Amino acid sequence: MSQAKLLQRLFALMIGTLLLLPLAATADEDEEEEHEPLPFSELVITEPAQRYSEETGCVAPEEEMRRNHMEYILHQRDETMHKGIRTRQFSLEECINCHAIKDDNGEYVRVEDERHFCATCHTYASVKIDCFQCHSDVPVRASRLRTQQSGLAPHPYDKPFAGKLASETLPLLTTEE
Amino acid sequence: MSDTSKPIDPSRRQFVTRAGGAAGAAAIAPGVFLTTPAQAKPADQPVSSENRWGILIDANKCGNGCNACVTACEEENGWGSADPSEDRSRPDQKAHWIRKVTIRDKATQHVTTLPLMCQHCETPPCVDVCPTGASFKRADGIVLVDKHICIGCRYCMMACPYKARSFIHEDLKDQRPWAPRGKGTVESCTMCVHRVDEDGTPACVEACNAETHKAMVFGDLYDENSEISQELKKHGGKEIRADLGLNTGVRYRGI
Repeated sequence: MSQAKLLQRLFALMIGTLLLLPLAATADEDEEEEHEPLPFSELVITEPAQRYSEETGCVAPEEEMRRNHMEYILHQRDETMHKGIRTRQFSLEECINCHAIKDDNGEYVRVEDERHFCATCHTYASVKIDCFQCHSDVPVRASRLRTQQSGLAPHPYDKPFAGKLASETLPLLTTEE
Repeated sequence: MSDTSKPIDPSRRQFVTRAGGAAGAAAIAPGVFLTTPAQAKPADQPVSSENRWGILIDANKCGNGCNACVTACEEENGWGSADPSEDRSRPDQKAHWIRKVTIRDKATQHVTTLPLMCQHCETPPCVDVCPTGASFKRADGIVLVDKHICIGCRYCMMACPYKARSFIHEDLKDQRPWAPRGKGTVESCTMCVHRVDEDGTPACVEACNAETHKAMVFGDLYDENSEISQELKKHGGKEIRADLGLNTGVRYRGI
């Protein structure tokens, strides 16, 4: 009984390999003949306004960010929402501040526009993101951030921006109109 | 003898504590320091249950006809008049994070006005009924809606005895980066959580102070030296619907 079963399996395996052979061959040929362009390689991705640091470029190495940026912002979202942790490194607000681009008229492009940093890849890959149904897709002027913090604090402090914003984004926010 | 029996001068005592707080540490003996937790929470630290934020509102000081707290909230959080994209909703269905309520005593004709918003209960009914966990209370007592997991069922709106929550019916544009809000989710007063986390004061309280009404005091209910705790200790403060036993973070005087 068990021997018969074994034979049966062996036979099935043989048939399987025979069927797969031509497939493997064509795959080999393809690789040799023409190089399929890598996904996203023809996309023009705009340069960010500045570098987070010399070593990493973006807030994490670029390859890491391309693959896992959603994990970082998802983690940050829960930390901020539920625990009030407001570090700026993986904050969506800072992504926008750094990666936003302006059109010919000097206006920031909105996420509906293919030139928007997030939209470049997401339109290409047909991935619908709903971040911007609630979140701002363009930077908001620094003055708003400043007035926000001018409150009569219960225990006042004299440095309104101390540790609040990444030092790199501060000049960006204060210089633009 | 006469010197030791002299009662303590409170103003002097206050001066001593303030000076100590300003320095960050008070010397209680040479070489021995008593550090004071005067520093704000660092950005990478979670909020702690050692604080409980609250607001004390004095209805007697609240200006009849004054709407400063409401406009400040609208401007800060981008709703109401500060949000032109939400113009097609019915007036009774529009966002209302904070609203002015006027009460007239039928016997005396005395008119009281007060701002009413989320009362940031210790045992919030909205959190009890939420089927997804979107409605939650932070460790420091601020009640929020996590709009990422809100499904818009509006049970919390039904459960809230203060009618503090509202629902967004329309696609929105140009929200404030610090106050994201969008169609299909419920929202309410956040006690300006983005300001509080950065050692600030809610926009409504700031606006009330700017109007020189000074009807609102914001602070830590668990810190017995905070202005709000001192005020509550001295003059007391009422909860609206205290019978529900919700232990609200927003307290009123003069109602």
